Amino acid sequence: MGFFLQLLVQGLSIGCLYGIAALGFVMIFKSSSVLNFAHGELLAIGAYIFFVITIWLNLPIYMAFIITFVGSFALGFLIERLFLRPMIGEALIEVVMLTVGLSAMFRGLLLVIFSGNTYVFSNFLPAWLNIRIGSLSISSVYTVTLIITIIFLAILGFFFKYSSQGIYMRSVADNQTAALSLGVNVRRVFALSWAIASIVCAISGIILGVINGVNVHAISRIGLKVFPVVILGGLESIGGAIIGGLFIGFLETFVSGYLSTSLRDVVAYVVLVIILMIKPYGLFGLVEIERV
Amino acid sequence: MENNTCLLINNISVVYHDVIQVLKGVSLEVKKGEIFSLLGSNGAGKTTTLRAVSGLLKPENGKVTEGSILFEEKSLHNQPPEYITRLGIIQVLEGRVPFKYLTVEENLRVGTATRWGKPYREDLDLVYHYFPRLKQLRNGLAGYLSGGELQMLVIGRALMAHPRLLLLDEPSLGLAPFLVKEIFDIVKRINEEQGTTIILVEQNANMALNIATYGYVMENGKIVMEGKAKDLKENPDVKEFYLGTTAKGVVKSYNEVKAYRRRKRWL
Repeated sequence: MGFFLQLLVQGLSIGCLYGIAALGFVMIFKSSSVLNFAHGELLAIGAYIFFVITIWLNLPIYMAFIITFVGSFALGFLIERLFLRPMIGEALIEVVMLTVGLSAMFRGLLLVIFSGNTYVFSNFLPAWLNIRIGSLSISSVYTVTLIITIIFLAILGFFFKYSSQGIYMRSVADNQTAALSLGVNVRRVFALSWAIASIVCAISGIILGVINGVNVHAISRIGLKVFPVVILGGLESIGGAIIGGLFIGFLETFVSGYLSTSLRDVVAYVVLVIILMIKPYGLFGLVEIERV
Repeated sequence: MENNTCLLINNISVVYHDVIQVLKGVSLEVKKGEIFSLLGSNGAGKTTTLRAVSGLLKPENGKVTEGSILFEEKSLHNQPPEYITRLGIIQVLEGRVPFKYLTVEENLRVGTATRWGKPYREDLDLVYHYFPRLKQLRNGLAGYLSGGELQMLVIGRALMAHPRLLLLDEPSLGLAPFLVKEIFDIVKRINEEQGTTIILVEQNANMALNIATYGYVMENGKIVMEGKAKDLKENPDVKEFYLGTTAKGVVKSYNEVKAYRRRKRWL
């Protein structure tokens, strides 16, 4: 029972991590219909910025968070402005190839600067976050992941539901021509969704760095895992991204706990194939409102 | 150009996909504070004219190749919609396009995009004043509204943007006659009470000429006739081809439908 609970908590927390990583992906797709294959690299870049500031520059943690967020925001904005904007109106496959190219470019750059070594964060999380209930012990990373996911979901939820800019962003995702006719600045909406997605990626990158250490290949491989997650949840659904993330998270932890750790990375893709066969739009994919 | 001119379109041509010419030298002048009606059958180029003004040609891969469009002496020639909407020109798209997954009130709030960050409470109240039905529905998803409610929503949404020139594209399309009447009455009130200049594109020529002061008739990408609304209503050709009655005011018999081909010699 203790082992089961342990896996449950761990699965929940890993699931949240996948969920917020997928959130960024879904945001970009929803607003600008771009499938971002450079997603894993965005995670890695976030983690590296944080690493450079805390370890190399030795600045305090809160500073590191602020600078990482500002940096990621700017990076997302720049990627959209420099690479994606000229591609507006081009065929989907060309945009996809562009993001594949971006992915290779970022990975190459990171390898040039940091090489393929794994760096480790000094554990900056306060000890009281290590929760111990009976035989169940939850490491601080997992507690923090849970808390951060909840905070981020709440912030993003409020932003999209109540703020004007959030509503403009949803209007663009809903119907671009109608949004244009009302003067919504569609290009700003695209840029903003990249910027916000990039921040969300940085968060998951940092958490991954704390759990596994910072390594270009390891983090961008996790980034690829957003594909099973979003296909499970539906490409268009923010809620689906979180639920898909949780599902894959639980699945992986339980498979590696009860069956074999070597199956861990495979099982998500097995699910991907099955989902594509039986429910190609995902569990929460967009169901068109049809007036009869 | 006179001082009370709101919009002046001078001899514009519009081409889609670089080859398909839709407008061939359209000129029209719209005076401030009035309702202008643009009539014509399908494919005459009414919607294209509106798109040329509102800047929405580009997403359709069209562009203005010749001529000039002036709004209060500012050129709109191939400007992006972000610029044009901020001058106060708002187009209400044909076919009542809501944001389906946003609630009614959120739909209305999108109308504030041209003045992001400014208060909008009073504007919401104004829209609810014209369309009380929307107030009851304000927390429901727009995708589930009926046709008439949707038309109210899209006009209300445009109203949120403080339009100085409102371009209405076929608001009567597919609506029951009493709803058409209700909506046209509200359009008339908006024009009178808010001083909004309105260009009304319609196939329902009768309703349109009732509330408009001036009308243009389009055919094959050209303006073929223009005049005061009440004169147009009396014009025998307009009567026959757009109002469905003969010059004597009798409902037309389909036996005489061949007259259409014979008599349409405006070009």
